[in-house]
Amino acid sequence: MKVRDIIGLLDAELLAGSENLDMEVCSAFGSDLMSDVMAYVKDNVLLLTGLVSPQVVRTAEMMDIKVIAFVRGKNPGRNILELADEKGITVISTKNTMYISCGKLYNAGLTGRGVWE
Amino acid sequence: MNENSVKLHYDIPAYDLTTAGEASSSVKRKLTQLGVNPVSIKKAAVAMYEAEINAVIHAGGGSAEVEIGRNGITIEILDNGPGITDIDLAMQEGYSTATDIVREMGFGAGMGLPNMKRYADELDIRSEPGIGTAVKIVVNF
Repeated sequence: MKVRDIIGLLDAELLAGSENLDMEVCSAFGSDLMSDVMAYVKDNVLLLTGLVSPQVVRTAEMMDIKVIAFVRGKNPGRNILELADEKGITVISTKNTMYISCGKLYNAGLTGRGVWE
Repeated sequence: MNENSVKLHYDIPAYDLTTAGEASSSVKRKLTQLGVNPVSIKKAAVAMYEAEINAVIHAGGGSAEVEIGRNGITIEILDNGPGITDIDLAMQEGYSTATDIVREMGFGAGMGLPNMKRYADELDIRSEPGIGTAVKIVVNF
């Protein structure tokens, strides 16, 4: 699934990093705990989170994650978006909740687990 | 490590949510420039990032001494914080002494030390209560 398809499915707004719109995403991980992202994620996932902090972008950077979706209408500040732009990380924001966002993506075929077994 | 190794020093500021992770980010960039394989880069970056976050949130900041050689990277994170009383307990997944502020940053779930162990090829933690903590991380290339 392409990043631009994810934006459409989640009715999301693109906030940073437009260079990854045609990148293929095969798996996703939803968490507000960044240490859990680092503990469980294996692949280049789409990261869904309700946590608004520069550390979300830092965690994505360390984990080679290229797309972050802020759920529940969270609006990251300019410092977060500038950091994401600098790191080539796409940031989108959706008004959908975590549960509904994950459900919509899974239902549309984004079923890859992307974690260590 | 030989005389051709790259040595880097970073100061890690205390309790700063915005800059936390900059040292690890810089090391990741350096390893990429040096053409190190991506798997080793990710292992070193994540392990160092968790250690850096710990120094920021638990110890009032500290410093990082990094040496990159032909066959691997050695990262030492040093702080003068409160120290770890029981390292075996701290190594258990889910054990945490973090404050609410730390949890608001997305950390404090008790996965920091286990994550370092998961990503590092060698991990050595020396700590003395009231004196500080030294974390040594080695990742082979």
